[in-house]
Amino acid sequence: MRVAYWPGCVSRGFTPELHGSMAKVAPLLDIELIELDRAACCGAGVIAEHNQELADTLNARTFALAQQTDGELMMNICSTCQGAQTECQQRLDANDAYRDHVNATLAGEDLRYERGLTNKNFLWLLVEEIGLAALQAKVARPLSNLRVGPFYGCYIVRPMDQLAIDDEHPRHRYLQWVIEALGGTVVDYAGVYKCCGFPIITMNRDASLRQAGRHLGDALDADADCLVTPCPLCHLNLDLQQPLAERVVGRKLGMPVLHLPQLVGLALGLEPRQLGMSKHIVRPASVIDWATAVIGAST
Amino acid sequence: MIKSPLQYTLRLRRFNPESGEMPYWQDFKVELEGHRSVLDAILKLRDEVDGSIGIRCSCRQAICGSCGVRINDKPGLACHTHLERAAQAAREGSRVIQVEPMGNMPVMKDLIVDMDAVHWKKVHRVTPWLINRQPTPEREHIVPRQSMIDVTQTMACIQCGACVSDCLSMEVDPEFIGPAALAKAYRFVGDPRDAWHYERLKDLSEDPHGLYDCSHCWMCIDACPKGVAPMSQIMRLRRLAGSDHHIEDHNNGHRHEHAFTENIRRNGLLHEADVLPDSYGGKLNPRAVPVLLYSLPVILRALARRKITFGNALLHPHRRRFKGLHRLFDSIQRRESRYELNLYVSGYDSGEPAEVAGSGPAMVATGASGLDTTHAPRRQGEDR
Ligand code: SF4
Ligand code: SF4
Ligand code: FES
Repeated sequence: MRVAYWPGCVSRGFTPELHGSMAKVAPLLDIELIELDRAACCGAGVIAEHNQELADTLNARTFALAQQTDGELMMNICSTCQGAQTECQQRLDANDAYRDHVNATLAGEDLRYERGLTNKNFLWLLVEEIGLAALQAKVARPLSNLRVGPFYGCYIVRPMDQLAIDDEHPRHRYLQWVIEALGGTVVDYAGVYKCCGFPIITMNRDASLRQAGRHLGDALDADADCLVTPCPLCHLNLDLQQPLAERVVGRKLGMPVLHLPQLVGLALGLEPRQLGMSKHIVRPASVIDWATAVIGAST
Repeated sequence: MIKSPLQYTLRLRRFNPESGEMPYWQDFKVELEGHRSVLDAILKLRDEVDGSIGIRCSCRQAICGSCGVRINDKPGLACHTHLERAAQAAREGSRVIQVEPMGNMPVMKDLIVDMDAVHWKKVHRVTPWLINRQPTPEREHIVPRQSMIDVTQTMACIQCGACVSDCLSMEVDPEFIGPAALAKAYRFVGDPRDAWHYERLKDLSEDPHGLYDCSHCWMCIDACPKGVAPMSQIMRLRRLAGSDHHIEDHNNGHRHEHAFTENIRRNGLLHEADVLPDSYGGKLNPRAVPVLLYSLPVILRALARRKITFGNALLHPHRRRFKGLHRLFDSIQRRESRYELNLYVSGYDSGEPAEVAGSGPAMVATGASGLDTTHAPRRQGEDR
């Protein structure tokens, strides 16, 4: 399928391995990415707290660019983009007069957002468009014996009604489903749906790192080999900042954190290095050892 | 809903501080119709099986806010949760309805938490009463209707503490003022009769556990049985404090917001290497230096792993694709008033979802007026 692809900012900034691994994994899943390279930051909730109309207009602009492509839908790879964009879209779609008002600003660039765009995170697309059975059929290296803890990121699980999470679309279960479909073992721990703390890193560093450190510690106590997250901002606090979080919670953690496309890529047969895992701050040693052991066993 | 009685299993968290025992789980069976509430079931058990079960309640119809508990890991009102629905939401299809006291507050007995020690103390912290203008008007204080509609959402709060129970910032920083109290603060900051808007905002912005200590986790929005959306009220307070009253707090709250927005205006995509130091006033600012030093170990490791490269950190590789973007920023930021759409107030056009998160009957519709905006005055100049 062809999708209008919104990679977000951080996947091309401080977590380049996310954008890189998505590009490697997409063709294996027959996803054709039409990159929206003129689209700007979603505002990550921060611009909205400064000026709501500004955030809504920036995202309407992105949606309009997506609607200019022939993609079946728009796909993002960031929980925060999903949540921030959905919130803006809800306002734009709810009120015709407001949408016209926002479109008037976009008219300067000859852009116009028409109500009703479908915007799905890669996680949702995996389950709802590709399907778990089809995904499973493509698995070349099942994640047997790999214990994976899901870490969603707030913006992709709350508020439930805004994100259309219901009995029909239990989107707050999808990470667990995907881990299982890839052959891995789901690790349940206290932090699955909690906040990584990143949004307050510049305001209350101690509380921010304490959140990250606590969830990583809980995952460690539950015997996880690694975590997986669809959110690059969570990845910043959980991986990049992990050495600092260790100081705050006063314990050694060493918990590898994978981006969702990396975990999928691993099961589809790609190597850790191809998926950019050498760029992580916490070396995913457990994952690399596991991958090597699997190769050893199969030859 | 199931009309004839069914058997339900309730797993209650028990704790009696006088017994010296640790808290424990106890299972009870109860027969009731599925449309009856979890509170009905607990009261039936207390009447017929074990008179020592502790739960607080009064109105039994989602008005008084006294029966806040956690049901199957989610906070809510025991009197406002149907048994059948709770059984369906139970863990792994077990149909066992698990009820425990709310979080972030000390447990007094069984399902009763100490609201005074946490919730009420925090509400008190935000000066929850109207500070009149001087001189006091001789007759009633007449305000435009529209301006009061803006605060109705916060006025729907019944002080149940469900949002406090699950606040993730409070979990790591118990001193955080928290969602219910901050929503209450907006009730007065948004009220045109109050004379202390600036003082309130300044106070809450400067408190290290105040306005900028919320980590934007959305928990309180999902927790609230009355659609108050405390986090949205916190964001309103931040907009008023930063964009309208230009309060430069010591917590870097407003500075971060400003640095982030300016960063996007310049670069289109976030340039992380700038936003961190800029949030502290710029790379050479004395405030930023200790932060950069603190982060040095991870910065060096990120450079060594080529996660971050000097080229990417120093140059702005994306900037050239966004040459005209500042015009969009200018046209919006230079408006005389900010536009804000509150769906709780305006509702939905075109027969779309008429319901905002759990707002129920408290939802306020303002007719088919279309664009409903809050025009917040800008005090000095337009943009900083
Ligand atoms: S959004 Fe803020 S106030 Fe609400 S629960 Fe999360 S941290 Fe607490
Ligand atoms: S804001 Fe909602 S959840 Fe919080 S105390 Fe008020 S009614 Fe309860
Ligand atoms: S008993 Fe009053 S709200 Fe439940």
